[in-house]
Amino acid sequence: MAYMEFIKPNTQIDFVRWMKAAGAVSLAVIVIGLASIIWQGGLNYGIDFAGGSLVQIKFKQEPHIDKIRDTFEMIGLQNSIIQSYGTHEIVVRTPETRADLKGLGAKIETSLSSTYPAGSFEIQRVEVVGPKVGKDLTRKALLAIFFSWIGILIYVGFRFEFRYALGGIIALIHDVLITVSIFSMMNREYDLNIVAALLTIVGFSINDTIVIFDRIRENARKNIRMELRDVINLSVNQTLSRTILTSFTVLMVLIVLFFFGGSVIHNFALVLLIGTVAGVYSTVFIASPIVLLFEKIKPSAITRKK
Amino acid sequence: MFKSIKFRAALTLLIFLGALFYLTPTVVPELPDFWTKKLPKDKIHLGLDLQGGMHLVLEVQADKAVESTLERMSNNLKETLMQNKIRFRNVDRIAGGMISLELTDPAGRDPFEKTLKNNFPDLEVDSSETVDGREKVYLKMKKDRAAEIKKLAVEQSLETIRNRVDQFGISEPEIIPQGDDRILIQLPGIKDTKRAKNLIGKTALLEFKIVDEDYSLEEALKGNIPEGDQILYGLHLDRETGRQASVPYLLKSKTLLTGDSLESAKVQISDRFGEPNVSIKFNTQGAEDFDRITGENVKKRLAIVLDGSVYSAPVIQERISGGQAQITGSFTMEEARDLAIVLRAGALPAPVNILEERTVGPSLGQDSITKGTWSCIIAGILIFIFMVFYYRASGLIADLALAMNLILLLGAMVMFGATLTLPGIAGIVLTIGMAVDANVLIFERIREELRTGKTARAAIEAGYAKAFLTIFDSNVTTLVAALFLFGFGTGPVKGFAVTLTIGIVVSMFTAVFVTRIIYDYFVWNRKIATISI
Repeated sequence: MAYMEFIKPNTQIDFVRWMKAAGAVSLAVIVIGLASIIWQGGLNYGIDFAGGSLVQIKFKQEPHIDKIRDTFEMIGLQNSIIQSYGTHEIVVRTPETRADLKGLGAKIETSLSSTYPAGSFEIQRVEVVGPKVGKDLTRKALLAIFFSWIGILIYVGFRFEFRYALGGIIALIHDVLITVSIFSMMNREYDLNIVAALLTIVGFSINDTIVIFDRIRENARKNIRMELRDVINLSVNQTLSRTILTSFTVLMVLIVLFFFGGSVIHNFALVLLIGTVAGVYSTVFIASPIVLLFEKIKPSAITRKK
Repeated sequence: MFKSIKFRAALTLLIFLGALFYLTPTVVPELPDFWTKKLPKDKIHLGLDLQGGMHLVLEVQADKAVESTLERMSNNLKETLMQNKIRFRNVDRIAGGMISLELTDPAGRDPFEKTLKNNFPDLEVDSSETVDGREKVYLKMKKDRAAEIKKLAVEQSLETIRNRVDQFGISEPEIIPQGDDRILIQLPGIKDTKRAKNLIGKTALLEFKIVDEDYSLEEALKGNIPEGDQILYGLHLDRETGRQASVPYLLKSKTLLTGDSLESAKVQISDRFGEPNVSIKFNTQGAEDFDRITGENVKKRLAIVLDGSVYSAPVIQERISGGQAQITGSFTMEEARDLAIVLRAGALPAPVNILEERTVGPSLGQDSITKGTWSCIIAGILIFIFMVFYYRASGLIADLALAMNLILLLGAMVMFGATLTLPGIAGIVLTIGMAVDANVLIFERIREELRTGKTARAAIEAGYAKAFLTIFDSNVTTLVAALFLFGFGTGPVKGFAVTLTIGIVVSMFTAVFVTRIIYDYFVWNRKIATISI
């Protein structure tokens, strides 16, 4: 019987052979990314983490940024960053929180009313985050990421072996770093939504990795005499069809979100797109070779029995 | 029992109907009477980012509550020491929450300590030193007492704000304490955010003080403020020009009466100008005090001070009994109404700071819902087509499971009262992606088994058995991550974690349990020999 197949059943790609090259590529991307982060003077934190205020305004017609800038200068917001955001929409960000934050939305509304007729614009969103809260949110976000890693480490260590757990964690740290690097190179802003997206990548990445680990475990038990290197190659090849199919459907969904999800979801979807691609790559090229690497350092109990 | 197809199908149907049951209020616009009376009528709870509204995080400046308590204590201390004929001078409040004073007579130390112990159990001597034969004593509040005042200040602020919001009339407000000294407030669907902020953030400390007319105001403005006096300002509206001016008042610092003595406050329209004013009524003790104060100060001016600003300072014409008074000022109707609300709800024990504010307009929320829904539909259709294209009839089974997954997910969210946020919608769309994964794993396994020459029935059994462990491990690992997100996450992160968690659990059920029933039906009952996969 003929199946619809993207990957033929007996595909035998020597993935392990590419391990060193893949590692080098990953390392290069991460190093360039981190360098670009340092070059830019740290990550581009949004107001959630850095504190500050954000106002989103929707106009009936395409607004003139210069005219708006003049208006804002009159109320002492000359340090604000004005960006267009979707159709006829702009986002105004001010870094400082010292000023009278309480009336920012109202103040902008009054000053815009002097330039634009009433009803031709609408203030859609006002966000003001004080520096204290910003610090707090940063701390909580980092804690969430850190503990989710620990949790995964413990569970995978318990279900598989410690070296698998370590391989999985390194793979997902790899995915997060790659995503952070590329996202920073695009000079996008980090906010709480992006943290949620990074955490999803953590979930996805480990999900993918576990599927392959599971196969390695199964094949290692079935073929006790086989070299671990070959077991890994066999397992990655066997699950390759699934890896590609699942990633394909997830990517499909993400592309839809990216284009149709609206302005707020846009960056969120972008991070997930980068992360998912990095995730597939790391599952195949990074996670399993690490298990092999640890085998060379300290052979596991199962294989020593042969 | 679990082998029986009938039993499994019935269980699935039951769960499915349960989800539909919880979803009905969200989908059906007008429910019949019997439903609204007895059955759950909660709609799916939308986050502020979707339905619009205001999110505030306030910080209660609890230290200020300690300070004002200390201030009161230091005034009382002066009086008590005078009554007990202990000679002292220079009672001062100094930085670091301390009171300093000098005992002029060394013999006064023992009676002083005794007075302190008997009348001011909350104060203790921090240190003392002898300067030029006079003993200088530093007093501070006991630590646990200060902590208690802080805690009380936060609790009382929470209660007061809750009262104010309730009286303002906002449906489903959420006011919850956060950490040691923070209060999180969510007001869905609110439009006049400025007014709401004023109402919530106002300390609303109402004080009555006597205007000091024995000294010259001009001198005081130059800096020669007499001992025990203070200068406060009030806004004065010139009725003819319509201009507002800031007017200084020289007041005796001592507060004679505060808003604590109020029983009620309501808006009234004055006969003279047709302007609204706030009429207040004192409680029994307050009325007595007011009666005495007005009696003692006839022909003097009594300043009505709200949060350090003088609203009016009428001359007391005669003793006022009955405990009624009016606060006038150039109020609009709304301002008068809000002032009455805050006076009724009481003053905040300490001022509050706004640490975080997020306001989302209703149209942006609607926009997000529309776009989110469309993303779900488009993504759904694409996956539907792809699965049928790749896995034929088996793809159709997976699609069926997927549709059910969505309904169960939304139903479960209503049941648990979880909030759907914008990242939550993204979470749902991602769940669609992940639910497909479980079926892909199973189908790929079944194909592998079929390739080894197994029969349809054996291949299905082996495929499910082998794929299950993988699905279980990978999903539980994601679940572990999701639970930590839920525990530590705030705002969008939390909303995302909720949908992800429910999504994972539901997808394990639909993708593994439900699809198996369909296969089993075909190979057991219909005895099909080949699978379209």
